Amino acid sequence: MDCLILKEGFPLLSFLIFFPLAGAVVLFFFSGERFARWWTLCITTVEAIASLPLITGFDTTTVKFQFAEMHRWIPQWHINYILGVDGISILLVLLSTLIMPFCVLASWRYIKTRVTQFMICLLIMQVSMVGLFVALDFMLFWVFWEFMLIPMYLLIAVWGGPRKEYASVKFFIYTMAGSVFLLVAIIALYLKNGSFFIPDMMWKNYSTTFQMLVFLAFFLAFAIKVPMFPFHTWLPAAHVEAPTAGSVILASVLLKMGTYGMLRFCLPITPEATFTLAPYILWLSIAGIMYGGFTALAQHDMKKLVAYSSVGHMGFVTLGIFILNSRGIEGAIMQMINHGVTTGALFLCVGMIYERTHSRELRLATGVGKYMPWYVTFLAFFSLSSFGFPGTNSFIGEFLVLAGTFTVSKPLALAAIPGTVLAAAYMLRMLQKIIWGGTDNPDQSYLNDLGFREIITLAPFLFFVFWIGLGPQPFIDMMHTSVVNLLQQLGEWQQHASVAALILQ
Amino acid sequence: MDAVSTSANIVENSNLLLAVMIPLVGSLGVMTMKNHPNLREFISSCASILLFIIVLSFIPSVLHGKVLYYRIFSILPGLSVTLRADGFSMIFALVASSLWMIAVYYSMGYMRGLQEHAQTRFNACFALAIFGAIGVALSDNLFTLYLFYEIVSVCTYPLVAHHQDDEGYMGARKYIIYLTTTAKLFLLPALILIYVLVGNLDFPHNIFTGMLPSDTKSWVVIMLYIFCLLGFAKNGVMPLHHWLPGAMVAPTPVSALLHAVAVVKVGVFCTTRTMLYVFGINTMNALNLGVPTAYFVSFTIIMASVIALSKDNLKSRLAYSTVSQLSYIILGVALLTPHSIDGGLIHIVNHAFSKITLFFVAGAIYVATRKKNISEMSGLGRSMPFTFGAFAIASLSMIGAPPVAGFVTKWYLLVGSMEAHQVGILLVLIASTVLNVAYFAPVAYKAFFGKRPAGEVETGIQEAPLSMLIPILIAATVSVIIGIYPNFMMQFVKAVTG
Repeated sequence: MDCLILKEGFPLLSFLIFFPLAGAVVLFFFSGERFARWWTLCITTVEAIASLPLITGFDTTTVKFQFAEMHRWIPQWHINYILGVDGISILLVLLSTLIMPFCVLASWRYIKTRVTQFMICLLIMQVSMVGLFVALDFMLFWVFWEFMLIPMYLLIAVWGGPRKEYASVKFFIYTMAGSVFLLVAIIALYLKNGSFFIPDMMWKNYSTTFQMLVFLAFFLAFAIKVPMFPFHTWLPAAHVEAPTAGSVILASVLLKMGTYGMLRFCLPITPEATFTLAPYILWLSIAGIMYGGFTALAQHDMKKLVAYSSVGHMGFVTLGIFILNSRGIEGAIMQMINHGVTTGALFLCVGMIYERTHSRELRLATGVGKYMPWYVTFLAFFSLSSFGFPGTNSFIGEFLVLAGTFTVSKPLALAAIPGTVLAAAYMLRMLQKIIWGGTDNPDQSYLNDLGFREIITLAPFLFFVFWIGLGPQPFIDMMHTSVVNLLQQLGEWQQHASVAALILQ
Repeated sequence: MDAVSTSANIVENSNLLLAVMIPLVGSLGVMTMKNHPNLREFISSCASILLFIIVLSFIPSVLHGKVLYYRIFSILPGLSVTLRADGFSMIFALVASSLWMIAVYYSMGYMRGLQEHAQTRFNACFALAIFGAIGVALSDNLFTLYLFYEIVSVCTYPLVAHHQDDEGYMGARKYIIYLTTTAKLFLLPALILIYVLVGNLDFPHNIFTGMLPSDTKSWVVIMLYIFCLLGFAKNGVMPLHHWLPGAMVAPTPVSALLHAVAVVKVGVFCTTRTMLYVFGINTMNALNLGVPTAYFVSFTIIMASVIALSKDNLKSRLAYSTVSQLSYIILGVALLTPHSIDGGLIHIVNHAFSKITLFFVAGAIYVATRKKNISEMSGLGRSMPFTFGAFAIASLSMIGAPPVAGFVTKWYLLVGSMEAHQVGILLVLIASTVLNVAYFAPVAYKAFFGKRPAGEVETGIQEAPLSMLIPILIAATVSVIIGIYPNFMMQFVKAVTG
């Protein structure tokens, strides 16, 4: 347990997990739509502010888990309540806390029925999101991993679009299928180690077969969540039917759980399998990038377009992770954050159009530039960011990932390049249609431009687009030590393994 | 190797930031003045004059062998947004800022004369395009160059699509597809690979060493070189030139801006900047990259001239003439002899002033008579003597006849091709001159000496409004002045080639 720096005094991480839960409990007793909205906004805002000490108190020089808390939970099964953040998880925790107030704002008018229940779902969602990223006990992790399915299922199934049943069940089945494998792997690891403490499971000399099996179980669960091509088919359906806030959470945070899992578990627990299987995963990522790009280019539904673009963007993340060098992994983590910011904002933008036209069809939203200049300004910046325009956040992520890839293999990097061209193509296509359209645009003169609430919702995203795009160093500093340590351990392990192989020979 | 590389000569200067910010702020100012056309144009012209003054203020330091720099953002180790003013950047910065001043007045006359729609958007995007162009001119590293290059692509889209009809959308679509695809497909990997190889993207301070480490494998260098040549598709080199004639659907001031100042010059500036500063003369000589490039662009020079001959639409003919002339610049630099580089770089200036005159004339003719085709223009010179006089002068410059600016280019290029012992290139230059005569001379000749088409009366046609005529005459005069006194601009070129 020497890898933990225990937090004295106020248990910040536990507070971040349970505060929204307390908020949700209050909503059970006081219904009333107006109250529910304002109350949830307050809770999520307080939560966002309360998470800021994580930044100020975070020590970027240590590889240990910080703000750690440890309590016994189920002693007879060696299950403990252990929390902590390191450089890999801290940005994701912050992303999940900071994004929630804007999800509430985005649902202000969008959700008209069962408002209180909706807000409860959002708050419970937040509990599981924060909990998952800070959990250091595998059982605890798995509990949050599963726990999150319920509110997300409800968000889609109750407040979703016309095909909500289909989408929500598909989402549930896919994720559940992955989770089962994850559970099997967790139990297998427990039987080997006698503990659920995650750092204890890392860098152990498991046999090759065991590693391969565990890796594949992990990989299946996480690849579905990411989602990696060809496990992605639940995603467009879920995105299209989910309400705006659901889409934002799904894109910004839920997808990151898969890639977070890969970084946190696949690499350190099953290094040998990682080295063996990485080349295949890299090419699978390229396939995902290309597939996402081509499919997005063919979409007429704005939400589907953004959803498929996620498949492409997440392909860059997995590419960066399995390239196994510091530029690649740092780029991948940056790309996770960037995707959260940019795609989240794009879903908000699509939602704003939907609220006005009650359609997600691209051809019905053509030519709104003339009537909604503020809206298209925001949309333009987010679209540029989405395809990695230099000076915006995604450029940094893609740049680092591709730089890492070029260091290892030029053909692989060159194979990913057409993906960036496709990203520009589908984003500019959408942007052109929405701003300008053609000569046969429908009459859009009834549209109102963004209101104050909507501008407040979008402005912080734009701020992060440019902050990360022009000054990403503070973000990279936060993760750098942990990433370097991860790679160093991986390198040592590899050396160790090759020496062992030599001796055996 | 040269005096500039000593650190004492590299001076921080925050006016560089000001130079980039002026067009940007000007553009924002224009957007807020939607309902006050006069105030809006006032802001545009103020911004253009201010920018010109700021750029002029760099001249003394640069001529003293100093390099000004200013770092705006430090993004990653070795990756930053940094501005620089050296001899090379001054060539383009002076051209862009001075022609913006003229173009502002001209477009005021043109847009109001035709009562065009969306003038605010037009003016704002115009300023944004200049923002990108100045940024390209003043960039200190490949990333900054790429950043502003992409800004120019995106900000000129609304200008090309200005008319918002099917033709406009098609042209603009082709425009953006060509430019972003090539930039993403070729430039982005080149940029990242260079970063991986070198660890930074900063241009050196001389044109010989380049920035690639000497142990780079030659196939990698050649691949990067091809990527850079194709990636900057704004340079109009065939076969990636199609966007340029397509963009002719835009209003004429845009064509003038695109084809004389901002877009195409950004393309050739970036191409030559990378040839000289990323690869460097030594590397290009060692790998023998120069002569094949020269022959490659020679194809464009000849082919585009031949196509220009076949065009009756005046703007199309000018567009193909531009494609051909841009390759002169690359050709000159690719020959890698001191004189040929001089000739190539000075052509950035010479072509800019002469070609903007020609486009301005095309716009003036359209405003005065609504005529677009050369065949309808015979006899018009008698009604519009100043306009067609300016056209004749600028044509002479394109052909390369003394005393107009183009002659200086031709002189240096011819000397350079002899220095390089490339008889083939010499023949290309001669052939291209003959072709230039063939497609420019008839326009001026018919305008002054041709007969009016049957059924048209001579009266009723007069010169375009003064706000258009004066810029035309200024641009034509400057073309003559820099032909007679090339030394002012040559100083900056000499600062590059040493």
